[in-house]
Amino acid sequence: MRAASSRTFLRRALPATALCTMLAACNEGVLAPKGPVGLAEKTILLDATVIMLAVVIPVILLTLYFAWWYRASNERARYRPDWGYSGRIEMIVWSIPALIVLFLGGIAWIGSHDLDPGTLWPGARKPLDINVVSMDWKWLFIYPEQNIATVNELTVPVGTPVHFHLTSSSVMNSFFIPELGSQIYTMAGMVTQLILQADEGGIYKGLSAQFSGDGFADMQFSVRVVSEQSFKDWVTAASQNGVRLDTDGYDALLQPSHADAPRTYSSVEPGLFDHAVMATMQTDTH
Amino acid sequence: MTLGKLSWDAIPFDQPIVMGTLVVLGIAIVGLLLLITIRGWWSYLWHEWFTSVDHKRIGVMYVLLALVMLVRGFADAIMMRTQLALAAGGAQGFLPPEHYDQIFSAHGTIMIFFVAMPFVVGLMNFAVPLQLGVRDVAFPVLNNVSFWLTAAGVLLVNVSLFVGEFARTGWLAYPPLSEIAYSPGVGVDYYLWSLQIAGLGTLLSGINLTTTILKMRAPGMSYSRMPVFCWTALASNLLIVAAFPVLTATFAMLLLDRYCGFHFFTNDAGGNPMMYINLIWLWGHPEVYILILPAFGVFSEIVATFSGKPLFGYRSMVVATMAICVLSFMVWLHHFFTMGAGANVNGFFGIMTMIIAVPTGVKVFNWLFTMYGGRIRFTAAMHWAIGFIVTFVIGGMTGVLLAIPPADFVLHNSLFLIAHFHNTVIGGVVFGVLAGYTYWFPKAFGFTLNERLGKAIFWCWVLGFYLAFMPLYALGLMGATRRMQHYSELSWKPWMLVALCGAVLIFIGLALTAVQLIVSIRQRNLHRDRTGDPWLGRTLEWSVPSPPPPWNFGRLPQVQTLDAHWVANHGGSNAPAAPTTVYRAVRIPRGNPTGIFMAFFAVIYGFAMIWHIYWLAILGLVGGLIIALVQAWRPEREIEIASEEIIAYESGVARGVA
Repeated sequence: MRAASSRTFLRRALPATALCTMLAACNEGVLAPKGPVGLAEKTILLDATVIMLAVVIPVILLTLYFAWWYRASNERARYRPDWGYSGRIEMIVWSIPALIVLFLGGIAWIGSHDLDPGTLWPGARKPLDINVVSMDWKWLFIYPEQNIATVNELTVPVGTPVHFHLTSSSVMNSFFIPELGSQIYTMAGMVTQLILQADEGGIYKGLSAQFSGDGFADMQFSVRVVSEQSFKDWVTAASQNGVRLDTDGYDALLQPSHADAPRTYSSVEPGLFDHAVMATMQTDTH
Repeated sequence: MTLGKLSWDAIPFDQPIVMGTLVVLGIAIVGLLLLITIRGWWSYLWHEWFTSVDHKRIGVMYVLLALVMLVRGFADAIMMRTQLALAAGGAQGFLPPEHYDQIFSAHGTIMIFFVAMPFVVGLMNFAVPLQLGVRDVAFPVLNNVSFWLTAAGVLLVNVSLFVGEFARTGWLAYPPLSEIAYSPGVGVDYYLWSLQIAGLGTLLSGINLTTTILKMRAPGMSYSRMPVFCWTALASNLLIVAAFPVLTATFAMLLLDRYCGFHFFTNDAGGNPMMYINLIWLWGHPEVYILILPAFGVFSEIVATFSGKPLFGYRSMVVATMAICVLSFMVWLHHFFTMGAGANVNGFFGIMTMIIAVPTGVKVFNWLFTMYGGRIRFTAAMHWAIGFIVTFVIGGMTGVLLAIPPADFVLHNSLFLIAHFHNTVIGGVVFGVLAGYTYWFPKAFGFTLNERLGKAIFWCWVLGFYLAFMPLYALGLMGATRRMQHYSELSWKPWMLVALCGAVLIFIGLALTAVQLIVSIRQRNLHRDRTGDPWLGRTLEWSVPSPPPPWNFGRLPQVQTLDAHWVANHGGSNAPAAPTTVYRAVRIPRGNPTGIFMAFFAVIYGFAMIWHIYWLAILGLVGGLIIALVQAWRPEREIEIASEEIIAYESGVARGVA
């Protein structure tokens, strides 16, 4: 950024910061959800914000008003040098936050259950299974039913729940597609679960949201959401390219690398995901 | 072998930023040492400050340490903001990942452990015994040891900049990334040893202040007459005593993993990194209340003083403080809702977290109603208090949002989270300690800080904060995550630039803090506090001269009410009679070099352990042990202050004021 243009930017953009913040934030990310999980979470986020703003804004205004009205120079304001207790006000100041928390607590409890990452919502279609391995610093996706695998690119059919089983080949990461909703940690020797669904076709960004070392910033993948027919065509095409992912291939992937170009494997050695889960527990890495 | 892993390769000669800093810092330190030597200040510094066991002096040294480290932590911050303003859409910025990762790890570690902690501990050290109406803390020598152990940690963290590296793991060093398999360098060891040493100092300080508050109040000062700052200090120190051993034990286990091939938190051989994450937050969440509760206390004092009224709902405030103290231990899991704990566990911890918002909300309302019916004087300290209330409720709101598990599923680790905790830590803790610094400065040095500059500093910080962190809320909602060294979205860059502008504004605020100190010292005769009570305060620290004598109170005050000093001065018929007891000679403890020697050996031990120089580590350990034994057998040595001297001081003769 050249100095001149950043000056222009400052002059024009600074006064409008608040407005732009809201507008820009709505176009992408978690406020522009493309699936039921993200949509439900956005609703909770906005509802809770509005409920709290109903108290927060008056408190801010009242703070500024009291500070201004009771300024020492204001002759009209009544000074009560000994006033420090009122049972009625005390009851109100304990009740207001308590009531809000009671209400939001309900939202939190119900939301935790409805949106539990590994739970399929009622009325959902049969999910597509995908196994995910976070590696240094790339993502491996194994499609057990289709018997194919990809690196750094996830292709899923639109309108179908996707049931992810996730693990890590080394350190912790967090699997996150902002437009689709919930994230979940990936941890070595363990399998976490997450169900997401995309209702709109398109290309979204996936990333790791848990710092995992020097290559972390490139720990991203693209999410292609395509029609069911295109998904089938893509699977067929992928299963014909002739590159097989076996244990040796997996071990090669274990070598740290970053910003790897997406690639596809036409078949996967049976049990490779279980191998990925167990491998880190058994090898003594030092 | 004799030097362990240490060699010339450890010094990053190829890093111009580091080497430039080293040269500038080296010149500054040599210059300072020369100045002290030429002016012949060594004896004064040694006897009056370094070996002082006076809680006020130790408090001042803590605050000075915190201010110096604030500059270091801020240097890290502005480098990060600059990097992120540059590294968009394929650009890599000016910091490669291996350097950037150290910077954000150091920024978090330094800001929490070596800025916020010493600042808060320093203010408590300075003000609590004065407010309690006593002559010192329970264990004065231990107090000095605590300070120097903290300083030892500070030294080790700064050495890592020039010899070796710092951790590249984030400020809480989650395993398995922080295990030897993934972080074979000395960075994590610098992190662990400096925090073990400083953490020991904090624990000792917590024991000291807890004992002081529980056992050493002025005659008549029952718990219900204790100033609110003392209550918040009590809550904070109880939390220190309960939480810091957890931190020490957790780090000890990680050290055993790294040094002795144990498998507490490793991926292999049955280790479990999730255990570390639970344990570190079992300390980490109370830690944020250790910092914020004393800040709440500072604001309670300031709002009441400058409104010219008692604090509204004193009992509510005390109940709220102690409720937060207890609840803070029941919420740690909200830092990792995304670990897959299950709906019941997540729901429970989400609700527990929200419950903390109730007493916190009560506090905000109580400050509000303290201003109601007041006669408010808009001093710099009061500016901080009002800025705090407005800013902190926003941070509190986003905190409750993050406490809703399904909302956290999309906001966890995002820049929204970063904005949230800076909103509470800057808007709460930093505003609080800077307010406390402004408020108690005249008590410590006998003259007030320049108010005009004080208000300018406030506006720089508050506007800088909003400019720097509101864009981060938006970026977090757009899907930007924390700790990324570069990002592909060009559309994020304008927000990052605005954030950088905010950081620059805060930098101006920092620079003005230094200017304010210099200007205030030069104008000290204009702003002398001759009465000991420049703000018309309410609590006992304002009843003694500024600066207070080493013995604080010539005669111990007889406390009969809350706000004892205010009532004595303005209470009319309620005012208690002046203490009738005659002045007696006072015995105060003599200065003691145990702390500084202990810290010397702690630095040697820590440095040797970091570099695996085991013979030197043993030397450091034995040295420290000998110092402790020497102290243990040291005959109790106190100075007796004659009553004539006390009378002379209190009547102003000794200060040359009369």
